[in-house]
Amino acid sequence: MATQLTDPYRSDQITERIRVAVPDKGLRQDLRAVNIVWRRELIRFRSDRLRAITSLVQPVLFLFVLGTGLGALAGRGLPSGVDFKTFIYPGVLAMSVLFTAIFSAASIVWDREFGFLREMLVAPVSRSAIVIGKCLGGATVATFQGIVILALAGFAHVPYDLGLFLTVIGELLLLSFTLTAFGVMMAARIKQIQAFMALTQMLVMPLFFLSGALYPLNGLPAWLTVLTRLDPLTYIVSPMRHAVFSHLNVPPQVVSKLAPGVTWNGWPVPVGLSLGIVAVMGAVMLGIAIAEFQRSE
Amino acid sequence: MTEPVIVVSDLVKRYGEVEAVRGIGFEVQPGETFGFLGPNGAGKSTTIKILCTLADPTKGAARVAGYDVVKQRDIVRRNIGLVFQDTTLDSYLTGEQNLRFHADLYGVPRAQLQQRMRQVLEMVGLWDRRQAEVATYSGGMKRRLEIARGLLHAPRVLFLDEPTVGLDPQTRSSIWEYINDLKQREDITIFLTTHYMDEAENCDRIAIIDHGKIVAIDTPENLKASVGKDRVQITTTNDSAAMKELKETFGLESAVHEGMVTFNVEEGEQFVPRLFAELQQQIRSVSVARPSLDDVFMSYTGKTIRDAEATAGDRNRAHIMAFRRGR
Repeated sequence: MATQLTDPYRSDQITERIRVAVPDKGLRQDLRAVNIVWRRELIRFRSDRLRAITSLVQPVLFLFVLGTGLGALAGRGLPSGVDFKTFIYPGVLAMSVLFTAIFSAASIVWDREFGFLREMLVAPVSRSAIVIGKCLGGATVATFQGIVILALAGFAHVPYDLGLFLTVIGELLLLSFTLTAFGVMMAARIKQIQAFMALTQMLVMPLFFLSGALYPLNGLPAWLTVLTRLDPLTYIVSPMRHAVFSHLNVPPQVVSKLAPGVTWNGWPVPVGLSLGIVAVMGAVMLGIAIAEFQRSE
Repeated sequence: MTEPVIVVSDLVKRYGEVEAVRGIGFEVQPGETFGFLGPNGAGKSTTIKILCTLADPTKGAARVAGYDVVKQRDIVRRNIGLVFQDTTLDSYLTGEQNLRFHADLYGVPRAQLQQRMRQVLEMVGLWDRRQAEVATYSGGMKRRLEIARGLLHAPRVLFLDEPTVGLDPQTRSSIWEYINDLKQREDITIFLTTHYMDEAENCDRIAIIDHGKIVAIDTPENLKASVGKDRVQITTTNDSAAMKELKETFGLESAVHEGMVTFNVEEGEQFVPRLFAELQQQIRSVSVARPSLDDVFMSYTGKTIRDAEATAGDRNRAHIMAFRRGR
């Protein structure tokens, strides 16, 4: 190999060396960085089918096993013609996104452990480009998982309606972004993968249970009412449920009973504000994550 | 062209109580291969981190490619290529995907990317394997891919921090063939650290660093010449008698190293016939070695690089403790 490389005939190529002028730092350069960090998440997700499948197991289990089993019991409290599976379907959608989004953020901890994070942090691009790319990547991948569950809508007696689907996908995208930002924010601080996994496992279940994914938000004891209102997931599950129920063929009083929307001390929180809260939380956590990575070396 | 590409003056780096770098200064000329040689914990990696903008100096200044490493961090970064001790590749991506990722982060113009990618991959002999996942690469291939990646954006200085650490001897020498070859092909300055004496000989100039200070800086030839003497090793039928005789007849101090009577003389080859003629003990074997950088290190620091590493281990621990306390 070495003799071949020092072959005098090939030395002509030396003079043909390409001069690569690296352009000055700027917005275009940062956008290019955002794009490649985002694309890497997609490439890695595509090559990791096992992860894609395993993170779908839990939502499917909740929808079909818990939905059917508990439905036999809870069904008595539901108005006729409404399946319990339909009721928990928006919550299951949120759940499918929850796991994937937070585990996407875990890849930062892996990247740190395997050194690749360093390749990103020493590059002459702003740290915010890297963090934003990462959050967009996690959001895309998680939303894709949500879309797979969305394809199962028929099993939960939810109609395949384009308007409904677009609304839900938009809401899932927002939720995914906020959750990934939350994960990235934590990944900036937590350096060990075990610690990160343990902490997220500890947080994921309470987030899910307090979101009203499995029960209506009205008529709860005061302590639980307060806790549900503090859970960011609540502000996505509720609008999604509202969207689903308004596309069902059920009387309006059933909609207001089962999908009452979030209330603050009796005041109904509009859907726009509800989504706005999630967006602001996402933006704040993204900001913190960027600041954390700008500080660390 | 005469303006130095790296200028370091009075550089100090302190981690808590521990001074990892204690006031060093040197210059590197364009096109040079400059080696930092010293035991683990001598301050090599700390210095390279400062030059690569990954750590700020406590005192002093450094300029790389004409830019200040603290005040003009991003411009410095665009002008340097880095190969770290530990791999920084994404092993789930292919070799080509790793390079594309790097190209986008460093803003390599898209029009030139394909050609440049082929160039650097061919240079390290990985063009045929570019579509394979990095996870399937051997250790030597990974290191080569990192060298190719470090060159992709045509940096002015390539930093190699222990480029062959953790590789088997055969792979090590092949990595050196690639490095020497790229010096022919690229208009580039190479700054590397190593604690292998034999590798330091590949450099144009070497700085010997010990306990955070540069103790010598020169070409390998001059450094060896400054030690002057050749090392002669003999085995005899009675080594202790031979050692006594060496002292009494020739006035030479000797010691047993690696099971052989070892001593230093000028012009070793010419001394051997005299040795055979005058030594009473029967000689079983003789070897004469020109001074190596090992001897240079020994003559400047009074210890072998291995001895130095044993004590540096303690320094490292203190360093890590201080670092943890500092956080």
